[in-house]
Amino acid sequence: MPSHDVMPNMELFQPTQVEDALSLADRFAERGWLVGGGQDTYGWLKDRTKTTEALIDLSAISSLRGIKETEDGLEIGALTTLSEIGGDLKIQRSYSLLSKAAEVVASPQIRNIGTIGGNISQDVRCWYYRRGLSCYRAGGNLCYADTPEGMNREHALFETSRCVAASASDTAPALVALNATMVIKSTQGERMLSAEDYFVGPSIDIQNTTALRPGEVLTAVRLPTDWANASFYYEKVSDRNVWDFSLVNVAAAFKLDNEIIQDSRIVCGAVQCTPRRIVNVENAIRGQVKSQKTADLVSDSATAGAKALAHNGFKVPLMRNLVKRAIAA
Amino acid sequence: MNPQLTRRRFIKGVIFSGAAASTGAGVYLAANAQPGSGGAERLITLNINGRNRPVDVMPSETLAYTLRYKLDLTGTKIGCNRGECGACSVLINGVPNYSCSVLTHNVKGKAVTSIEGIKGSDGSLHPIQAAFVTENAPQCGFCTPGQVISAVALLNNNPRPTKAEAARAMSGNLCRCGAYEHYINGVLRASGQIA
Repeated sequence: MPSHDVMPNMELFQPTQVEDALSLADRFAERGWLVGGGQDTYGWLKDRTKTTEALIDLSAISSLRGIKETEDGLEIGALTTLSEIGGDLKIQRSYSLLSKAAEVVASPQIRNIGTIGGNISQDVRCWYYRRGLSCYRAGGNLCYADTPEGMNREHALFETSRCVAASASDTAPALVALNATMVIKSTQGERMLSAEDYFVGPSIDIQNTTALRPGEVLTAVRLPTDWANASFYYEKVSDRNVWDFSLVNVAAAFKLDNEIIQDSRIVCGAVQCTPRRIVNVENAIRGQVKSQKTADLVSDSATAGAKALAHNGFKVPLMRNLVKRAIAA
Repeated sequence: MNPQLTRRRFIKGVIFSGAAASTGAGVYLAANAQPGSGGAERLITLNINGRNRPVDVMPSETLAYTLRYKLDLTGTKIGCNRGECGACSVLINGVPNYSCSVLTHNVKGKAVTSIEGIKGSDGSLHPIQAAFVTENAPQCGFCTPGQVISAVALLNNNPRPTKAEAARAMSGNLCRCGAYEHYINGVLRASGQIA
C-alpha cells in the first residue's frame, strides 16, 4: 500500500469558540471532518482512503477541555486528553475504572494528544476497510474479512450484520459501565445520549460507529454519581502492551454490600462493533457473593451467543476468563 | 538510438517533470485557498528550540515535515509516519508527542523542543545523551533522537524514576535494534541511580 509523507491539501479551520465550531460543522456537514487529537484522522488522510474538503480542528477550543465537578458527578470536556484523564485525581478517586482504561490506550505520546472524544468516536480497525476496499462499511456490497480466506483474528463475535469489525476503543466499555452521558451539540441545540445509545452497530448504521450526525459535535462526557466509588475491575488484553488495540477488554463496576453484589455493570470491548454489556451475567450475579465461586458458575454464560469467525475463536475463552476475573477479583 | 536520450534518462525526465508539475499545482491550489474564508493563515511563526521561526505552512502539514523539510532540523526522524514508532518524538510545551501525527498549525503559540534543542547552550551533551553514549544505547541510532526526547521529558517530571517507571515512560519509542535495556539503563544512569 503506498504511504504518503504528506496529507492532501485541504482547508483547515481552527475555531476557538464552540459556537464557531458548530457553525462550521453545520456549513460543511459531510464535506467537513472534525478532528480532536487527530490520531485516527491522519492515517485515513495520509492513505488517501478518506478525504475531506475541510478539517475542522477543535483542539483550540479551551472550553471543551478539562474536568469539572457538577451537581451530579463529573463533566469531562470531549477534548480532554487521555493523559489528563489518567492523571486526574477526581477521576482516580471516584471513577478509577476510567483512569485505568485511559492509561492503557496506545502509547504515552498518543495519550498525550489523543482525546476522550476521539477515543470513543474513532472508526473501526478492520484492515480491509482501512485499506480502502469497497466493503459494506465503505458503501460497497461485500465483506472482505468474513470470507474463507479473510484474516479476521481481531474481528467481532457478536451482533455482526454484514460488517464484522469490532470496536477499537479502550475507554468506551468503561464509559458504558459507568453509565456516562454524552453531550452532543449542533446549531439546532443540544441533546444527551446515554453511552449505550451513543455507540451504534452495523445493523442500525453500517457506515458509522456512533450516533453523531453530520453537523453535530460531541462536547462533553458526563459521569453520574450512581456508579461513583463502586468496586471496579478493568483489564485489557492485546498482543503488545503498548500501541496495540484490545483483543478483548473488560470494564466492570459492582455495587457491594458486605461482599454481596447488589448491582453490577459488566462490559466487554472489541467483541462487537459497540461495547457489549453482559446483561445475563449481571442478572445472574445479583444477590450473590462476589467470589471465585460465583465467577466460575456464571462465566460460561458470558459468551452465550458468540459466533466465532475463522480466526477469532480464541476470543471466546479470553472473554469468558476476563469476565470471570472481573467477578472473582 | 540516440545515445543522448537513453530509456533511463527519458524516464528520469518524465518523473522529474511530473514531480515538478504536481508540486506546482499543490502550491497553486494552496495559494488560492479562498482568502478570508476563516481558514488557517499559512504564514505563521513557530517557537522552535527557544527561537521564533517564521515559516510558510500548508494546512495539512505535519510538524515532522515542517521541522525536517522547511526548517532543516533533520535530527527529528520520520520512521513510520504513523505514530507507531516514536522516532519523530518532540516536546510540545514539555510534553512528548509524535511530530508526524501533529499538525504544524496545532503548535502555534506553543514551545516546541526538537532533538537539536536538547544539548546545552555550549554544545555539551545533555546528561541523558551522555548516559546513552556510556550505555551504548544507540546501535543504528535512528530511534535515538526520539528516545532522548522521551527520557528528557521523564526526568524533567520525575528526576529519580524506578526502572518500571522508566520503561513505561519510554514505551512509546520502538528500537528495532532491541537496545531497550541500554536505553533504560541510560535513564537510570542519568538520574544518578547507576554510576
